[in-house]
Amino acid sequence: MTKSKVAFNWASSCGGCEIAIFELGTKLVELSNKIEIVFWPAIMDYKYSDLEAMPDGNIDVAFMNGAIQNSENEHVAKLLRAKSKLLVAFGTCAYMGGIPALANTTTRDEIFANSYKETPTTVNPEKTLPQTKVQAKEGELTIPEFYNTVKTLDQVVNVDYYVPGCPPVGEQVGKVITQLVDGPLPPKGTVLGASDRSLCYECKRVRNERRIGKIIRTHQTIPDTQKCLLEQGIICMGPATRGGCSAVCLDANMPCRGCYGPLPKAIDQGGKMLSALSSIFDAQSEEEIEKIAGEVVDPIGTFYRFSMAKSLMRRTKK
Amino acid sequence: MTESFEPKIVGFLCRWCSYAGADLAGTNRMKYPSNISSIRVNCSGRIDPNLVMKALALGADGVLIAGCHPGDCHYTNGNIKTLRRFKLLQKMLDQFGIERERVRLEWISAAEGEKYAQVARSMTEQVRSLGPLNWQRKVELTA
Repeated sequence: MTKSKVAFNWASSCGGCEIAIFELGTKLVELSNKIEIVFWPAIMDYKYSDLEAMPDGNIDVAFMNGAIQNSENEHVAKLLRAKSKLLVAFGTCAYMGGIPALANTTTRDEIFANSYKETPTTVNPEKTLPQTKVQAKEGELTIPEFYNTVKTLDQVVNVDYYVPGCPPVGEQVGKVITQLVDGPLPPKGTVLGASDRSLCYECKRVRNERRIGKIIRTHQTIPDTQKCLLEQGIICMGPATRGGCSAVCLDANMPCRGCYGPLPKAIDQGGKMLSALSSIFDAQSEEEIEKIAGEVVDPIGTFYRFSMAKSLMRRTKK
Repeated sequence: MTESFEPKIVGFLCRWCSYAGADLAGTNRMKYPSNISSIRVNCSGRIDPNLVMKALALGADGVLIAGCHPGDCHYTNGNIKTLRRFKLLQKMLDQFGIERERVRLEWISAAEGEKYAQVARSMTEQVRSLGPLNWQRKVELTA
């Protein structure tokens, strides 16, 4: 039996998605009977030139994690697309922008100013900022260009499947790889390794009548472990988020922050959560409503923590 | 530029009050600008914040949400739900950098044709003076 050629690659991400693949443990050894890893720079010494040397369509399935935040990310995404039969946006950053896409609430100039000038630990008397090209005595040196707006993988190349999660949970990863290697293949564009129902269906907490009189943030309280967190006034993204993770954050007494992305028919996760949350405010008059709404400290950062690049608005106006 | 600019405003009007109010303005032959493209919805409580953002993202310069006065909702409290969503949405649109004048919530009853005409006039002028929103182009230009 010929083995399927599989590649893993990362763009703008933290590396957690690579760990999610390691989480397979011994299953990875079993999988190695079916798959041959032809490119995986995070664990072995692969160079982009190895990828460039391959004929087009050489890879059977490529998993790309991370958002597209610079020209290198985009270049590799295009390269991997050309060399692969199937390209999978693996993990929330590739799927929806993830945490890196919160950079879309600011600008490249502000990020550079903060990182290279303003932070108290920075020593940069000449106020040097990263340049894409610089002349050194060895010749011209270049680094990738940093983008002002973070993009999802499918905003730069054609993507076949999506696997959400920050990171995707281990058991789902095994199933997805097996499914894509063995077939039958699901329709293009399917979100794999996740459920089609909201996280609330997987959550074991008890729900009564939901009403919120006051918004409480996670650092202000130790929540009851049995009751629905929304009922306790803690913003839990569960109602607007796909299940599939078995509600692991809720088992750790933390609210869902929405990394599995919107439900199948929702066009925008943040808007859906805003709608779900505000409709249960325990307030009738304009002043009461304004008071509770005012307690939501950072609506964008809360409702679009993982989905900013995939949202309707995509970025803030600056 | 502002002289030739005609704002595009999407109006979500509730069937029982505001749409009837707009109808009344028409049958009474009141004069008001034609910039609001109205969409009839059964209740203002049906207006998902995503519809508002989708309109803005796809080219509207402003969005008007109009429903029954508090206490008059055909479905008891749909308009109060709208008010709750609107207050939080307003706060979030501030963060996105969208001026408050572009997204308005108004209570217009079936008898208030004059109020509808008045809202249409004042909103069109406010949005006209803000200029085009052109959201998609702005996102692309700052890529």
